[in-house]
Amino acid sequence: MAQITLDNLAHSYLPNPRSEDDFALKQLDHVWNDGEAYALLGASGCGKSTLLNIISGLLVPSRGRILFGEQDVTHQDTVARNIAQVFQFPVVYDTMSVGDNLAFPLRNRGMDPAYIAARVQKIAAMTGMEDILRRKARGLTADTKQKISLGRGMVREDVNAILFDEPLTVIDPHMKWELRTQLKALHNEFGHTMIYVTHDQTEALTFADKVAVMHDGRVVQLGTPEELFDTPEHTFVGYFIGSPGMNLIDAEVSGSVAHCAGHAVPLGGSYKALQGRVQIGIRPEFVTLASGNDGLPVTIKRIEDVGRHQILRAEFAGKPVNAVLPEGMPVPADANRLIFAPERVNVYVDDWRVAPLHSVATPAREAV
Amino acid sequence: MDKVQNNKAWFLVLPVLVLVAFSAVIPLMTVVNYSVQDTFGNNVFFWEGLGWFKDVLTSDRVHAAFGRQLAFSGIILAIQIPLGIAIAICMPKRGFWASVCLVLMALPLLIPWNVVGTIWQILGRSDIGLVGYALDQIGITWNYARNPVHAWVTVVIMDVWHWTSLVALLAYAGLQSIPQAYYQAAKIDQASRWKVFRYIELPKMQGVLLIAILLRFMDSFMIYTEPFVVTGGGPGSATSFLSIDLVKMALGQFDLGPAAAFSIMYFLVILLVSWVFYTVMTNLDKTEGR
Repeated sequence: MAQITLDNLAHSYLPNPRSEDDFALKQLDHVWNDGEAYALLGASGCGKSTLLNIISGLLVPSRGRILFGEQDVTHQDTVARNIAQVFQFPVVYDTMSVGDNLAFPLRNRGMDPAYIAARVQKIAAMTGMEDILRRKARGLTADTKQKISLGRGMVREDVNAILFDEPLTVIDPHMKWELRTQLKALHNEFGHTMIYVTHDQTEALTFADKVAVMHDGRVVQLGTPEELFDTPEHTFVGYFIGSPGMNLIDAEVSGSVAHCAGHAVPLGGSYKALQGRVQIGIRPEFVTLASGNDGLPVTIKRIEDVGRHQILRAEFAGKPVNAVLPEGMPVPADANRLIFAPERVNVYVDDWRVAPLHSVATPAREAV
Repeated sequence: MDKVQNNKAWFLVLPVLVLVAFSAVIPLMTVVNYSVQDTFGNNVFFWEGLGWFKDVLTSDRVHAAFGRQLAFSGIILAIQIPLGIAIAICMPKRGFWASVCLVLMALPLLIPWNVVGTIWQILGRSDIGLVGYALDQIGITWNYARNPVHAWVTVVIMDVWHWTSLVALLAYAGLQSIPQAYYQAAKIDQASRWKVFRYIELPKMQGVLLIAILLRFMDSFMIYTEPFVVTGGGPGSATSFLSIDLVKMALGQFDLGPAAAFSIMYFLVILLVSWVFYTVMTNLDKTEGR
């Protein structure tokens, strides 16, 4: 097990990348702590799998270094890095039995048969496959096959890290929950560094200690689920995480007040003069509905009842604004104003968050 | 909706019935007709019953031809299948050279069979043929017209040259359909090259390989043109495979009765083998799809 350092890393699939756009992965400088569970979250094509394959050694980055602990492993292959990886679609050796599938990585490394048998039993018990150990892997359901893949990924105890590339895509929803819980339990038990690629925010937020949100080849924020929720460093994080995502409204900021299309919105801190495209962002959870003269005047479009709460869909100056209202709260007929909790409003310049000079309520966090 | 019953619809299948009757059923029935009759000429036939069948079944000549046929099919399968797989594995997976290889591989398949025979007949001659002359120079007198071993080697090499690319192309298609994740997973599991072949490539190629074996078996079991052009079935009857022997019997000696009985049994053997293959393949699909 080791701490993983990405040092000045970048990757392009083109042999001679010219501009920034040619890079599938733009410059990355991160340290992934030993024994933590990370999720790489992002939309399709943002570079998640590229980064994962660079960490596992299936791809050599075009620039920069990758360190395991103190050791430079940039040009080492997967075997030397001692990594386990589970892929999006189940990879199962059809002609082997389920048990032989689980034992395969250990046998290839010439482990002691008694140890192998014990490990296989243990993994089978954890994934609930004890009764099918002797069955041929051919013809099993996709769920079971993926469980075998997961099992094969976890059967080795001494790996530096276990990487998961959207492993639950093909799994039924109820099994997803179960497998994710098992993965979490495994992580707690063995303390492997785990990196989990997904485009599903629920999966990322429930699985990981820290989530790296990727957008357009960059890690735009690496933080705990709370950090991603409270202080999204990039508008993409605000929009991608949360359901519905963060409201973003064009504004002009002076001191501790933002002006949106002529309406003043109080902020939680004061800001120096800002250049570029300025937006304020607030999560729908911190928006309240009111009537009277305070807040932003909006046109209410509709209200969706999603069970635990209601989602108010409204429009301000032609742009959608959402608010989350408590379950069963009546919406008065004359309500047409939205009030933002000042300490929850973030300010963005050209999509990146700007910390206030001195904040009132929430402490500003360092950009990671 | 109510089903409309209209027996006139049967007329719609009439064209097909007529076509099949003329192209297959009637010729086959003529053969059946010949196989149970005998004649002393003048177009006078009389009933022979199953006599020809008994004759053919107990004929040493047919037994020998059948044995040669099995040996030939066995040998070329034993060479072509592993060789084809090996070539497919060595071929580049993508890029310019992949296309070059594919075109080169497809070339032998495009050459008419009698031309293939002629090519090898000339190549093997020690006076003007490249291969025969070269062998002659290193001290091996190559004579496929006299020496049965030379005749066999020539015919086998010719068939390998002609048809291995079919196996290679099928195996290549099978290999190309294996998702990259399998190779990556194998790398991570630290599987050796042999284990990758044994546990990933071979199982994934199983379907196409069965088709390759079926095609090569059928084709080699019915082989006629190429050995006929090269050796004419000789020397003696050393390379008289079933179809060559059958033609000798039917057209050379004009023994239509035994030849008809012979060809019916020949047909049944091929039908049986095809059925076995078909059953194996569909069962394979079933276990795969479960």
